[in-house]
Amino acid sequence: MRETAEFELLLREQAPQVLSALVRHYGHFDLAEEAVQEALLAAAQQWPVEGLPDNPRGWLIRVGSRRLTDLLRSESARRRREENAAQLAAPEEFVASGPEIDEPGGQDDTLTLLFLCCHPALSPASQIALTLRAVGGLTTAQIAAAFLVPEATMAQRISRAKRSIKQAGSSFELPPEAERDERMGAVLHVLYLIFNEGYTASSGTSLHSAELTTEAIRLVRGVRKLLPDDGEVAGLLALMLLTDARRPARTGPEGSLIPLAEQDRSKWNKAAIVEGEALVSEALSRTQLGPYQVQAAIAAVHDTAERAEDTDWRQIVALYDVLEQLVDNPMVKLNHAVAVAMAVGPKEGLAVLEPLESDDRLTSHHRLDAVRAHLLEMSGDLAGARDSYLLAARRTTSMPERNYLQSKAERLG
Amino acid sequence: MVPVKYMLLIYSNPESWASLSAEQRDGLTRAHETLSRELTEQGLLVSAAGLADPITTRTVQVRDDTTMTTDGPYAEAKEHLAGFYLVECDNIDQAIGYAARMPDAEYVAVEVRPVMDMSGLEM
Repeated sequence: MRETAEFELLLREQAPQVLSALVRHYGHFDLAEEAVQEALLAAAQQWPVEGLPDNPRGWLIRVGSRRLTDLLRSESARRRREENAAQLAAPEEFVASGPEIDEPGGQDDTLTLLFLCCHPALSPASQIALTLRAVGGLTTAQIAAAFLVPEATMAQRISRAKRSIKQAGSSFELPPEAERDERMGAVLHVLYLIFNEGYTASSGTSLHSAELTTEAIRLVRGVRKLLPDDGEVAGLLALMLLTDARRPARTGPEGSLIPLAEQDRSKWNKAAIVEGEALVSEALSRTQLGPYQVQAAIAAVHDTAERAEDTDWRQIVALYDVLEQLVDNPMVKLNHAVAVAMAVGPKEGLAVLEPLESDDRLTSHHRLDAVRAHLLEMSGDLAGARDSYLLAARRTTSMPERNYLQSKAERLG
Repeated sequence: MVPVKYMLLIYSNPESWASLSAEQRDGLTRAHETLSRELTEQGLLVSAAGLADPITTRTVQVRDDTTMTTDGPYAEAKEHLAGFYLVECDNIDQAIGYAARMPDAEYVAVEVRPVMDMSGLEM
């Protein structure tokens, strides 16, 4: 079993490079992506039996090229050789030039691929699916299982995403300098969403989803290798590590949620905390400030407190002040209110909450009710807290959250 | 954010169905064919089905370890559940948009309900 997992990881690490090599040589991102999947599948079947080839990437490129020429040939037959006739006239020639495309692509190729998969013409759901397949090397079946949809649905989503990219006329190049920051923001956001999807899954019930956190961390590590001086990439990696460090302690039996204050901190992943803290400290001191770094810094304050009551809430309030300057997000304000309540007092926390009660973006949102409930409970208004907990329990669409909020209400009588 | 699953519940009643002309019934079929094809192509459709007439429904109740079945739907209402779509949408407005395209929304109503999931954030 362990060997199979090692083979799989080795294969998946090759996926973006093999795909980049094929796209650089032949174009046709959509068909090349399909060919790479088939090459990965062939390798997954043959390598464990026949042993690892001398040059795994070369092997994959060769098999992928062969498959791609087949696909291009049938595609051209379908189009009655009208379009791209010149390019497809002798696909054998391309195969013959195999050794030439064994050359590893530039370091930027994986990045180019990420930019393409997180293209602004795509919905977040499509960006996520395509990134996991083309860059992460996961199969459609694995992605479908992680998101609990039928494989056919996921397959449609991926091929539609590839069509949209084609229609948008994107070429396999890094986005122009002027768009780079914005596009990078989209890439990091997609990786963050992948992480979150895995992190929020309760253990036991969605094992497949939990693996998404590992995958997201692996992908961000890859991006960091390419952009070691980017503070937000470091910040995002730190945020993921510091958040994921708490995963072993965040759920109880049956996937019940355990709040931060009640978690068994001895279960936290110390190595991940050390690495995450070092990353964020370095980024904060050396690079331009950004929201992922600040969120990572907040996570680091939580993670480095020996006990919940040792948490430096004043520092967390200060960090939320900074974060609010950087992003306009009502969820950030909600967390800010909690931090103020912990650092100063519930009355002050409720005062921070006050303007949020009329924020359209939070209308009927269970998190607002849950935070209000928590602060009312701290202030001694148990009846008010109970009502808000019950309202939050009815408004959430998460089963574990509903159970947690319901039991909070019941404990208040 | 990440897509959420919504259940679109189609309500009907015997009178509204009986009062449809042949053209309207054809239109209904076509509208659902078009919608499910579109949702399938977009990779948003998780599942969909039409349900047989309530005359074929059996309601099951277990009391004191005894299973009892009765003919017909549980809820005593004029309207009954006639079909459903389970779709992934970015937000509820997108789901409402699909519901509004069903002629059933014109004749009786379509309910849009978020599906609960097992993921959650600790508070």
